[in-house]
Amino acid sequence: MTGGTAAAANSSRAWRHPAVWLFAAFLALPIPAHFGANAYILSFATHAVALGLAALSLDLMLGIGALASFGHAAYLGIGAYSVAILSDMGHDDLLVQIPVAIAVASVFAGITGFVSLRASGVYYIMSTLAFGQMLYFLAQSLSAYGGDDGVTLAARSRLAGSHLLASDLGLYYVTLAALIAAYVLLDRIVGSRFGRVLGAVRQNPMRVRAVGLDPFRYRLLASILAGSLCAVAGVLLANQSEFVSPAFMTWQRSGELLVMVVLGGMGRLWGAVLGAICFLTLEEVLPGLTDNWKMVLGALLILAALGRGSRLSQLFKGVGR
Amino acid sequence: MIAPLLSVEGLTKRFGALLVSDSVTFAVEERELHALIGPNGAGKTTLINQLSGTLPSDAGRILFADEDISHLPLEARVRRGLARSFQITSILPDYTVLENVALAIQARSGSSFRFFGRVGQERALNDEATAVLTRVGLVGRSTARAGTLSHGEKRLLELAIALACRPRLLLLDEPFAGLGQEESQASIALLKELKSDVAIVLVEHDMDAVFSLADRVSVLVNGRIIASGTPDTIRVDPLVRNAYLGDEELA
Repeated sequence: MTGGTAAAANSSRAWRHPAVWLFAAFLALPIPAHFGANAYILSFATHAVALGLAALSLDLMLGIGALASFGHAAYLGIGAYSVAILSDMGHDDLLVQIPVAIAVASVFAGITGFVSLRASGVYYIMSTLAFGQMLYFLAQSLSAYGGDDGVTLAARSRLAGSHLLASDLGLYYVTLAALIAAYVLLDRIVGSRFGRVLGAVRQNPMRVRAVGLDPFRYRLLASILAGSLCAVAGVLLANQSEFVSPAFMTWQRSGELLVMVVLGGMGRLWGAVLGAICFLTLEEVLPGLTDNWKMVLGALLILAALGRGSRLSQLFKGVGR
Repeated sequence: MIAPLLSVEGLTKRFGALLVSDSVTFAVEERELHALIGPNGAGKTTLINQLSGTLPSDAGRILFADEDISHLPLEARVRRGLARSFQITSILPDYTVLENVALAIQARSGSSFRFFGRVGQERALNDEATAVLTRVGLVGRSTARAGTLSHGEKRLLELAIALACRPRLLLLDEPFAGLGQEESQASIALLKELKSDVAIVLVEHDMDAVFSLADRVSVLVNGRIIASGTPDTIRVDPLVRNAYLGDEELA
């Protein structure tokens, strides 16, 4: 973990890095999907990749900065409602929607972080939860956008004027490109001066202060970065479901994002993506096996939380570290 | 007359009804090693916490290099050249020894709001960190994870981190606590060497160390400084003998 996850630092060893394998599998996924239930698999995969991006962004806070935000789904909502509201106003291009979503998310993260980060431990968690719920109830009150019922999108967003996202395959690859770009960005950030301070803040905030740095600033900026990336995930998720509702930002969804990060192993970025895929796959597969699938899922989560050795990304221990 | 580097005037701290620092007044000159001794519970660590900005004071003033720093937080004082070590070792256990020291150098050289360059490959940071580690004799452990170091090595690392801040004044809270005989001797030798570069306030129970190192000694009892002077005058001060030091300890 020291000095970042170092994906492409050494190109001769880059192919051994789990992230490379993970993304290669995503890139190749549409090929087998072409011979199976194409529409269903692509839709599920797009959903998973978008939530993988959300979990990835949360890992910057939770895994690198030890900030257990219980309101991260609010940013999915900000991204999704950016699509719904801007499309309604006639701005249906991602080149407008994504910058607006990022701007709104940054402001929201800046203001709520400024307050929440004054608290620590359980009080920080509670305060992020409260802010998330405030946004959830705000969305519920938007009667022009269906209130609690939400609103169906007239069409998917355009990309630089093109209708690339209209095809499921186009949307999938755009979502995947966003995930990979975000991964590369965060990997660089974790290995940078900023990332070194953020990792130090996780380990020992007093030590960071004692070398002359104020932990608050680094935590706040990490929250803004994470919120912005999660809002991009929300934009893509809205396009995948072609529907936007307050359900995007329930506190349960925030909890699921935390679970994804813990399941995949905190602090290694690609672990969060893997955790998202595994969580969503379990959620998809288990109901077909047993009626009590939530109990099985619960038991698996407890195992993942308790046993450090059972973290999914430990399966790859020794690979590319 | 040149003003002292650190000047403390009437510094007071209460925990509820308990007066822990009772209008403490003393001064530290440039390149002076000023030892702070006193029995357990005298308020030495509280005083260090007040001086470093870890704990706010209820009354009094702290002047450092002619600037009133009484209301500055810890991190702002460090940037002005007032670094500290902790009584209970405070390091970054997941980072390597080199990274622990490089962070302190990064903190005072250039912005830490840089997001893309690989900090692990910054030659200037690593070279200077290596130099500091060489000075404290820990360079052989540069690539070890700090959490895996022995207790003595961790104390040295903490000293290295404080030195990497390039302080004008170093506040050391029991740097020899828990060290073996050999490690203690090595640390004392190191502080003797450091004395020529940097002023030091040393809180220590090891009287051999205190009397061999200190230029001046202040004795803290129940939050008050009852005596202050050269080691020789403190050694024979009847007030100090009565209030604190057993006769045989000073023999």
